[in-house]
Amino acid sequence: MIGSETEPPAPDAAVHPPHLAHHFSSPQQQFESGKLGMWVFLATEILFFSGLFCAYAVYRANHPDIFVYAHHFLDKILGGVNTLVLICSSLTMAWAVRCAQLSRRRGLIALLSLTLCFAFCFLGIKFVEYDHKWKHGLLWGKHFQPQESAGEPGSAAKTRESRQKADKQEAAIGPATPAPAGAAPAGSRDERSQIPPAAIGPRGLARTHPTQSIEKTPPKNVQVFFGIYFMMTGLHALHVIAGMIMLGWLLARSVRGDFSSAYFTPVDLGGLYWHLVDLIWIYLFPLLYLIH
Amino acid sequence: MSTDSSARESDAAAPTHGVGHVMSLPVLVAVWGALAVLTVVTVAVTKVDLGNLNLYIAMAIATVKASLVLLYFMHLRYERPVNAIVFVTALLFVLLFVSLALMDTGQYQPELIPGYSPAMPPQ
Repeated sequence: MIGSETEPPAPDAAVHPPHLAHHFSSPQQQFESGKLGMWVFLATEILFFSGLFCAYAVYRANHPDIFVYAHHFLDKILGGVNTLVLICSSLTMAWAVRCAQLSRRRGLIALLSLTLCFAFCFLGIKFVEYDHKWKHGLLWGKHFQPQESAGEPGSAAKTRESRQKADKQEAAIGPATPAPAGAAPAGSRDERSQIPPAAIGPRGLARTHPTQSIEKTPPKNVQVFFGIYFMMTGLHALHVIAGMIMLGWLLARSVRGDFSSAYFTPVDLGGLYWHLVDLIWIYLFPLLYLIH
Repeated sequence: MSTDSSARESDAAAPTHGVGHVMSLPVLVAVWGALAVLTVVTVAVTKVDLGNLNLYIAMAIATVKASLVLLYFMHLRYERPVNAIVFVTALLFVLLFVSLALMDTGQYQPELIPGYSPAMPPQ
């Protein structure tokens, strides 16, 4: 049995701990088995999210201009505050686990409640962000119809905001042409691209707009960024909600006095889940809000 | 260091069993402080234009933060190595998945419609 140096002598065979399932030989083994199971589950959660991270990486690698353009619609301040809220909730959760391990029931109840409050706070801020995007048509697929002044307060530099307004007016006039606004990727211009489109040729390739108007239009297919944004943050928010249900259950059980230094496995494993939610957000925040 | 003090503390508080590792409060608060500072740093760094380096810096900071959460909040440092092996294996597969997908998609770029890909700037 692997254990810390502080491992006590094996429990008296006559005294069976009340929380020890019959198929485990000791509380230590039961605890470690549960923990391994939880880590395997967390690994599957990481793999679950990796599909979306992969979609993000592929799309950003192919269309960096769209990400640079679209991230100005996200509010760095709100995103940053939400990151701090989740970090605080992680602290209170880790502290709650400590209280459970030390049989401090009052502390456990207080800290679990506090964690739940932070979770509500996170979702509240998330709602404000979603609501703003909903009202301004910054949505996925065909629902992407950006309205005037869609940039969130403090989301971008003033000059950029005014430029975006001009961009959006342009977008309202005619169909967008594929060109990044002021964010053209570095590289020499292709010689072939200077050749005017053929009178007879593949329809999709022939340019119908004069090149002068390209500079002011936003990149095409910006809606895909918002598809990725809503999928990633939405799935994360679902995990937050699942974590909140779990926190409520843990809170009810700790009020009942179920947990002590002899048995705190649910608090510990619930804590691991909650930290994973924080962990994913730690990556989501810079990837979605802090694009450069 | 703090490892010793927390070990002693768990000794004193829970003498009847040896399950789990109790994190000491100063370590938890210190980790929280580091996470908060790094969050502010990662936002501040975006104000400086470093080109491609911005993404790498942001990812490096996120990885440091994630490691802090894993090692201290999630007790990974004090547990049996098998838990860490399970988790790191998953991360390696994610790395494999994303990098292979990126390598694959990179092969198609020059054939895309002009203006749609970074390999071929717009007219």
